[in-house]
Amino acid sequence: MTTLNALIAVCLVYVLFLFAIAFVAERRARLGHVRWLRSPVVYTLSLSIYCTAWTFYGAVGSAARSGLEYLAIYLGPSIVMIGWWWVVRKLVRIGRAQRVTSIADLVSARYGKSNLIAIGVTVLAVVGTTPYIALQLQSVTLSFEVFASADGGIELNPAVNPDNTTAFWVAVGLSLFTVVFGTRNLDANERHHGVVMAIAVEAVVKLVALLSVGIFVVWGISGGLGETLARIDASGLGQWQVDRGRWAGIVILSAAAFLCLPRIFQVLVVEAGDESQLRTASWAFPGYLMLMSLFVVPIAVVGLDLLPEGANPDLFVLTVPLSEGQNGLAALSFLGGFSSATSMVIVAAIALSTMVSNHIVMPIWLRLTGGGASVSGDVRHVVLTARRASIAGVVMLGYLYYSLSGGGSALSAIGLVSFAGVAQVLPALLGGIFWRGATRSGAVAGLSLGFSVWLYTLFLPSIGGGGVLSDAVLAAGPGGIAWLRPQALFGIAGMDPLLHALFWSLALNATAFLVVSLSSFPGPIERLQGAQFVNVFQHAPGPRSWAGGAAQVEDLMIMAQRLLGAPESQALFRREARRQGLRGDLPEPTPTFLEALERELAGSVGAATAHAMVGQIVGGMSVSVEDLMAVADESAQLMEYSARLETQSAELSRTARQLREANRKLTRLSVQKDAFLSQISHELRTPMTSIRAFSEIMRDAGTLAPEEQVRFASIIHDEAVRLTRLLDDLLDLSVLENGQVSLNRRPGSVGEVLDRAVAAAGAGTAGRLDIVRDPTREEVVVDTDLDRLSQVFINLISNAAKYCDAAEPRLEISVSVDGAQVVVDFVDNGSGIAPEARDTIFEKFSRVAEHKAGGAGLGLAICRQIMTRLGGSIGYLPGRRGAAFRVELAHAARLAAQ
Amino acid sequence: MSGPDGTGPGRGTPPGDPATPPIFLERRSYRRRRVRDAARLLPVLGLLGWTVPLLWPLGAAAPQVSSALVYLFVVWAVLVAAGAALSVLLARGEVEEDRDRAARRAP
Amino acid sequence: MGRELLLIEDEPNIIEAISFLLSREGWRVRSHSNGLDAVDKVRAVRPDAVILDVMLPGRSGYEILAELRAEPDFRDLPVMMLTARGQNRDRELAEQSGVSRFMTKPFANSEMLEAVRALVAAP
Repeated sequence: MTTLNALIAVCLVYVLFLFAIAFVAERRARLGHVRWLRSPVVYTLSLSIYCTAWTFYGAVGSAARSGLEYLAIYLGPSIVMIGWWWVVRKLVRIGRAQRVTSIADLVSARYGKSNLIAIGVTVLAVVGTTPYIALQLQSVTLSFEVFASADGGIELNPAVNPDNTTAFWVAVGLSLFTVVFGTRNLDANERHHGVVMAIAVEAVVKLVALLSVGIFVVWGISGGLGETLARIDASGLGQWQVDRGRWAGIVILSAAAFLCLPRIFQVLVVEAGDESQLRTASWAFPGYLMLMSLFVVPIAVVGLDLLPEGANPDLFVLTVPLSEGQNGLAALSFLGGFSSATSMVIVAAIALSTMVSNHIVMPIWLRLTGGGASVSGDVRHVVLTARRASIAGVVMLGYLYYSLSGGGSALSAIGLVSFAGVAQVLPALLGGIFWRGATRSGAVAGLSLGFSVWLYTLFLPSIGGGGVLSDAVLAAGPGGIAWLRPQALFGIAGMDPLLHALFWSLALNATAFLVVSLSSFPGPIERLQGAQFVNVFQHAPGPRSWAGGAAQVEDLMIMAQRLLGAPESQALFRREARRQGLRGDLPEPTPTFLEALERELAGSVGAATAHAMVGQIVGGMSVSVEDLMAVADESAQLMEYSARLETQSAELSRTARQLREANRKLTRLSVQKDAFLSQISHELRTPMTSIRAFSEIMRDAGTLAPEEQVRFASIIHDEAVRLTRLLDDLLDLSVLENGQVSLNRRPGSVGEVLDRAVAAAGAGTAGRLDIVRDPTREEVVVDTDLDRLSQVFINLISNAAKYCDAAEPRLEISVSVDGAQVVVDFVDNGSGIAPEARDTIFEKFSRVAEHKAGGAGLGLAICRQIMTRLGGSIGYLPGRRGAAFRVELAHAARLAAQ
Repeated sequence: MSGPDGTGPGRGTPPGDPATPPIFLERRSYRRRRVRDAARLLPVLGLLGWTVPLLWPLGAAAPQVSSALVYLFVVWAVLVAAGAALSVLLARGEVEEDRDRAARRAP
Repeated sequence: MGRELLLIEDEPNIIEAISFLLSREGWRVRSHSNGLDAVDKVRAVRPDAVILDVMLPGRSGYEILAELRAEPDFRDLPVMMLTARGQNRDRELAEQSGVSRFMTKPFANSEMLEAVRALVAAP
């Protein structure tokens, strides 16, 4: 038992070592040291999960049974990678542009985010992968048994009862590792640095192990290269006996599977970094495959030679070193097989769990909880739990399959059956990325038909008679219908079962896909996605690195900014972050916040679009972020543009209105100015005419009566006075306007000022005007230039006297105190001033009545200037029956009190 | 519609105009395109090389497994080597392209 | 000579000055100071010549002249217009209205007499 115990110890140490590697890688990634972790070498090595225990053990077994056929399984992927410029490059670019999380996600995203397709591909993947996981568990168990039997000296027996406990604990350990390192982050796009690093190390271990065994066999046992070749030719495998159909079929099948296997897709596309990694892997990975298959035939030949008849060729890699007493080499070989098995299970579990949790568990959970409305808190927690449960579920499903199937059949057979299953995705995948006419209906039709045919012709028969399909059905067809026999569809019997199934399933799949695609019409989201996928190189704006966990919220933020404007959305997000008790500006995407955000967005783009946009970013099911961004940009630009246009046109019409107003006023003023100049001219020339005429008469006429002389002289005098008065007015106004006036402030009552004004004005108007006053209310003291104030009053009174057109003209002068203001109103009983004239009467050149000549139209202009200088105001009082003017002035007492 | 490249007789083309790249640049971008063509062609050659075994006779006249093995692995090794060479050329072309793009963007 | 002249003017001092001047030349000067009924006054008086101020209360001199010229009786009536505004526009307006002569205030007395003589001498 010592060897077995030592082996178990080595195994445990190795597992601990893997944990440590993953942990350190994870830590370094967290610290930002990702350069080495993202090197092309690590990427290439991570692709090596293509080489599972099926390769490690099964290739030798296959070679021992059927010669070089095993090589075809590695030629397909080599061609795919060598030809990366055709398909893989495009897949990786799409994967990054669309932030694809799994192959189911990619296919469903292409066909309008169809959840039906996602579920279909997921189911297909689970069904196709479960036997494969079982295979890995079986290989580990078998390899343990090899050591156990060697230890106990028991004859190697391939049909030994499977040790379920070994398989169980291996499954538990793998689940644990995968849960710990595979679900550290919610974002399925983020690289699982720990896992990738661990499988890269395992890739090295399995390569080194296989090469070591190979070198030992060639140089240690056979004695050199030439001898080995001779030994091969001399063996039972000596001649080229490969079935041509199977050779071609397996090359195609392995190439298809390489693109469609969920675990390969996980490392090839989902975990991919940049194109330079891919460029290196394009030749390095075929190189790796070449090295892995290099010594397969020598090992098989030597194993057949050395080991007794009936020894399981699937275990030659272990048993040949053991039989030669090379226990260390055998242990290394065991570790290589162990690595192959574990790395496959880990990555497959991560890939499948992402698919299962995203496409099956989460939709169901959301439906059960009513879309999160009744659930408060974090969906992340639910997603992570779902993913962890899915990992355990997937691994345990593999274990169940293993313990139920008994694990007896040849490993290689299961592998190819599984390959053929996942290859059913190929038509929809390639059609989706190269043909814009591919539709969702076509994909559904192709996938379901291909899957059904595969189940019926290959998978169920592979389980064997007594399973779902009875021997009778296998032999005679269901219900005796011969042309429906699972391994001889349409009566074509005698074909290799694998080729038969592969041909019919892929042919019917592709035909259904093409025909239904051609005859159906894609929905708008499909067409959008189709364009995005097929034209990914035109669309993609260059390399975009995978962002961390905050990416989602940041995307939401970017989108919100585009729709709501930067300051608003920043405020919205900051507010929410504060509400959640976070320090930064980015909140967690809780359902409440998303609902609020969606409502905000709905205000900009409508409810349906907002729902789609938020749904897309947080992993729902609708159009791609990129496209919605474009739509959002467009509509935001349009909205902004039209808003700007609106503002501009409003501004324009406002400006135009102001301009029209100003123009009207200018025109009016210009007309007034012309009129004023005429008026001034008239006012000046009229007295001058009299003065000149009479002075000439007095000069020229020799004989004038003395009374005539007196009369003419007094006329000349009067007219001269009139001229002087006019000039005084003009000067007064000019002085007031230039602010050169000096005020002679002193306190006095309004009543006294009015008394003087009435007296002065009355002198010129012959007392025709009846002035009504209330002396008791006029005892208000003002502190101002009383002479100037009087001038204003005189002007108003004489205006009333001149222009009041009532039969019995009457002017009411009332004084009141309104707060700090003294208010003096002059209201007459005439017809008042026309509304259109009211805003120009205080202008300089204005005259209310054209032909009622009195002054030059300067009176009110002077009044306004005076009141401005005195710190008060004068204005027209509308709403009175006659002409009404209001003079306002600061109250003396209030002025003092201030 | 005449864009920036619609140069009339009176309009000189400034150096570095994206519409009229210098001759030597054309030659380089031509090289890059041919390298990409080679990258597309390589898997076809590989497939052809690996379907040759379909032509081999079966039965008594079948070739020895050792020579078949050597043939298949030689094809494989040649493919890997050619792929490695192409990847170096492709990487160089990409670097050049980036530089050209940057140079064109700069005035 | 005993000819009659109607002076339509609103400034009393100017009326007095012109009346004084023309009466010494032998004119019988009658004056009228309102624009509104000036045309009636002309019809009633049927003067040999008219001196018409532009700025009159109620109605402008141009309007009065235009109305006069519209009547066959007054088509050839000699009319001299007086204006204190003295702008070119006023002269144009006056000529359009069919004025015989045009004079700007203030004027020299000799000019006034000369103008009136020319006014009645011309056909």
